[in-house]
Amino acid sequence: MSRAAAAAEPVVLDALDRALINGLQGGFPLSDRPYAEVGERFGLSEDDVIARIGGLLDRGVLSRFGPMYHAERLGGGLALAAMKVPEGEFEAVNEAVNALDAVAHNYARDHAFNMWFVLATETPEGIDAAARDIEAATGYPVYLMPKIEEYFVGLRFEA
Amino acid sequence: MDMSPTRVTAADLCLVNAIEDGLPLVPRPFEDIGRRCGMSEAEVIDGLRRLQAEGVVKRLGVIVRHHELGYRANAMVVWDVPDSQVGDLGRRFSAFDFVTLCYRRPRRLPDWPYNLFCMVHGKARDRVLEQVDHLARECGVADIPRAVLFSGRRFKQRGARYSRPEET
Repeated sequence: MSRAAAAAEPVVLDALDRALINGLQGGFPLSDRPYAEVGERFGLSEDDVIARIGGLLDRGVLSRFGPMYHAERLGGGLALAAMKVPEGEFEAVNEAVNALDAVAHNYARDHAFNMWFVLATETPEGIDAAARDIEAATGYPVYLMPKIEEYFVGLRFEA
Repeated sequence: MDMSPTRVTAADLCLVNAIEDGLPLVPRPFEDIGRRCGMSEAEVIDGLRRLQAEGVVKRLGVIVRHHELGYRANAMVVWDVPDSQVGDLGRRFSAFDFVTLCYRRPRRLPDWPYNLFCMVHGKARDRVLEQVDHLARECGVADIPRAVLFSGRRFKQRGARYSRPEET
C-alpha cells in the first residue's frame, strides 16, 4: 500500500488538480501533443500538465494514468469472487489469495462474505483454474460471480 | 454490451502492453510508444482510436484512487430481484448519479441469493445509506431483500494483466 493510501486524511488538492482529475476521467486526446491540448482547456502549459499528472500519481491520488481495458474483448477472463473466511484466519487466507497474479482488487467487506476480489486472467478458462488454486491453497470455497450484464460504465469521482 | 472477443492484431497487443502501466509523461507520448512498437506516431494514434471504437479500450485517462479523494464509504449494494425484472431495474438504478456501477451477476444459492449489484461511493456511511433507501423507494423495491456491504480494508488494487477493472 502506498504512503498516501495509508494516510488518515484525504490528500489536499488545489483547484487545478481537481479540474484535471475531473476533466481527465472522461478521456484523453489522441493527438500528437495531447498534454498541450489538455493544457489549453485548463489554462496550463504542456509542462505543467505533465508535472501535475506526475505529482498526482506520486501522491497516490491516481492509481494510473492510462487505459481501462475491456478484458473480455481482449479475450481475457474477468470475474468477481467472494469468500467467507472465519475472522481468525482472515489475514492468512488474504495473504494466500493476494499471492496469486490473477487477483486484481481485494477488499474486506462487512458481511459473512467478507473477502471480495476480482480475478482477471488471460483466457476465460483461467478463471476456474484460479478459483480452484485459491480453494486448494486456503481450504475455503470461492464463489464466482462474473457479470452477466452491465448497466453502467461511467465510474467517476468528483475531486 | 457485446462481450465477445474482438480480433486483436500483434500490433494492437504491443500497444495494449505498452500503455498498460500508463501513458508516457512526455510531450509526445504516442511517438514514444511508437518507438517501442515499431510504429509511427500516426499509426499509434490511429490504432488507439480504433481500439477505443471497438471497445477494447473502454476509456483512456486518469484512474483515481477514490479513497484518497475522500470517498471512504464504498458500498456494494446487492438485491435479490425476480429474474424477469432484473434488466429493467438495473437500467433504472444506473440512472441515479450516485450509482457508479451496476451489474447483473449469478446467484450462488443457497448461500448467496442476490443477483443485482450496484456500487454507491460516498464520503459518509449515513449519506450512502440514505441514498440506498432513496433508490429503493424511487424504484419501488423497498420491500425486496437487499444487503449493503461496506468495504473495509483494501488489500490489493492492481496487479493482474489487462485487468485493471474499475471496481467491483
